[in-house]
Amino acid sequence: MTGAHRVPAVEGWFTTGEDGTPPALLGSRCTGCGTYAFPAERAVCRNPDCDATEFEAVELSRRGRIWSYTDARYQPPPPYVASDPYVPFCLAAVELAAEKLVVMGQVVGGVTVDELHVGDEVELVVDTLYSEDGCDHLVWKWRPVSLGAAVTPGWEG
Amino acid sequence: MAGDKSVAVLGAGMHEWGKWGRPFVEYGLAAAREALADAGLRWRDIEFVSGADTIRNGYPGFVAGATFAQALGWTGARVSSVYAACASGAAAIANARAQILAGLCDVALVVGADTTPKGFFAPVGGERKDDPDWLRFHLMGATNPTYFALYARRRMDRFGATEEDFAQVKVKNARHGLANPYARYRKEVTVDEVLASPMVADPLRLLEICATSDGAAALVLSSLEFARRHAGGAPLVTIDAVSTVTPTFPNTVIEMPNFATDSAAARHGDGGAEASAPTFRASIAAAAYAEAGIGPEDLSLAEVYDLSSALELDWYEDIGLCGEGEAEKLLRDRATTLGGRVPVNPSGGLSCFGEAIPAQAIAQVCECVWQLRGTASGRQVDGATVALTANQGLFGHGSSVLLSR
Repeated sequence: MTGAHRVPAVEGWFTTGEDGTPPALLGSRCTGCGTYAFPAERAVCRNPDCDATEFEAVELSRRGRIWSYTDARYQPPPPYVASDPYVPFCLAAVELAAEKLVVMGQVVGGVTVDELHVGDEVELVVDTLYSEDGCDHLVWKWRPVSLGAAVTPGWEG
Repeated sequence: MAGDKSVAVLGAGMHEWGKWGRPFVEYGLAAAREALADAGLRWRDIEFVSGADTIRNGYPGFVAGATFAQALGWTGARVSSVYAACASGAAAIANARAQILAGLCDVALVVGADTTPKGFFAPVGGERKDDPDWLRFHLMGATNPTYFALYARRRMDRFGATEEDFAQVKVKNARHGLANPYARYRKEVTVDEVLASPMVADPLRLLEICATSDGAAALVLSSLEFARRHAGGAPLVTIDAVSTVTPTFPNTVIEMPNFATDSAAARHGDGGAEASAPTFRASIAAAAYAEAGIGPEDLSLAEVYDLSSALELDWYEDIGLCGEGEAEKLLRDRATTLGGRVPVNPSGGLSCFGEAIPAQAIAQVCECVWQLRGTASGRQVDGATVALTANQGLFGHGSSVLLSR
């Protein structure tokens, strides 16, 4: 991936760490009731009792605990852009430490379901989702903390 | 059990589930004609047509009510077409029931039919970066089985569910559906065969994930007064409650096709939501019970949406058959097997049918009608008096129908 142009696969959902700060999901916090949301709310608060229309952009907890997990043994259909040959990957739903939102995402490559458990701590990294026309399209992924403080895949500071 | 919120089911009809790729209208017509014949009514007697839409069959699918009405021959009947994902059928039933209870019509026809593509359900085409259903495939490769597997794995890690438990659900439903003439899969399977089938989304295997099917189901509904005149004292099956609830905030269980839940730390007025507030799935049947004034202890049987083998176990708890974490015991005790205390999915469920989205919630009701009439040949629940259906449509459509005789 070195040398390739790096762009988020979706705009405004996460920081990529290009500026030297750790990558993070970009959520919102309601200025009226404090409700967090991901993806960020821009117009209306999800809380039915809150009429606020102003939201702060916030970086969400980079760590959380696995709510549940699975894997994708078969290649998902488009618009997923699969590697060729297809390599199965794990997915996890993770409850963020502070905000108590459960956020899904792929688990970094090389991890199998046998290494995951409900309640395990994971941290957010940014990694290549797919490469196309010399461009790496980036996405957030979950990485088990038990793997140690290895270099964050795709985040080279 | 019939009350002032009840409507009568005069007719039920289905087209066999399968995979033929013919126009969905053809299946819908067959089911509609069978329901009309079962009711002993002519198409011209129908005052209101309630269609459940299909989104994978072009424009005629988006206006399914009119499509079926035109296919049956224009009569000037009033019409509605409704889409609510897997709950579309229940939404169409709810529309028809509301028309009848409001006195706007006496007799209504409800129809849902689908023709489905092969393989994983993929989102509707085009690049739609503001549609979570498109984005979850694009950004995560999260298919429908991904979500089913998250629930299944959570049962294993929290409650000690085993792969054998999940396989036993499939074995049970396969046996239930053996004699059902409308089922697509009519073949017994063993636990070993289930566990030998390919893993799709760990811990769920191919035989434990419902297929996508072609199929159709239809109902003829009427006011109780019309039914008594028409049926002349014969026992009536009635729909006593229809739940079409949405979730309540904060919805803290991850649901298809979302990326995230609401925040469990949500802080809001009036003391906020109770920590023990029911999950969305649990609220669906609860609303039906409340509307009919009965409880899960009154059920003779239930038809629940077993999109996966493991999901059926979640439903046992969500419809109140047992407490949280107790579903595996209920299954192992054979309480939900035909002959047990409260058989679940006597039709064979989605396990034997596969999913024909707009038809499925109607098909669940058809099965309950036949069970309550005592005509569910080869799969009859003895002395059935009260039946419940439960299902959940994408983006927050609850669906539960309570029937009695």
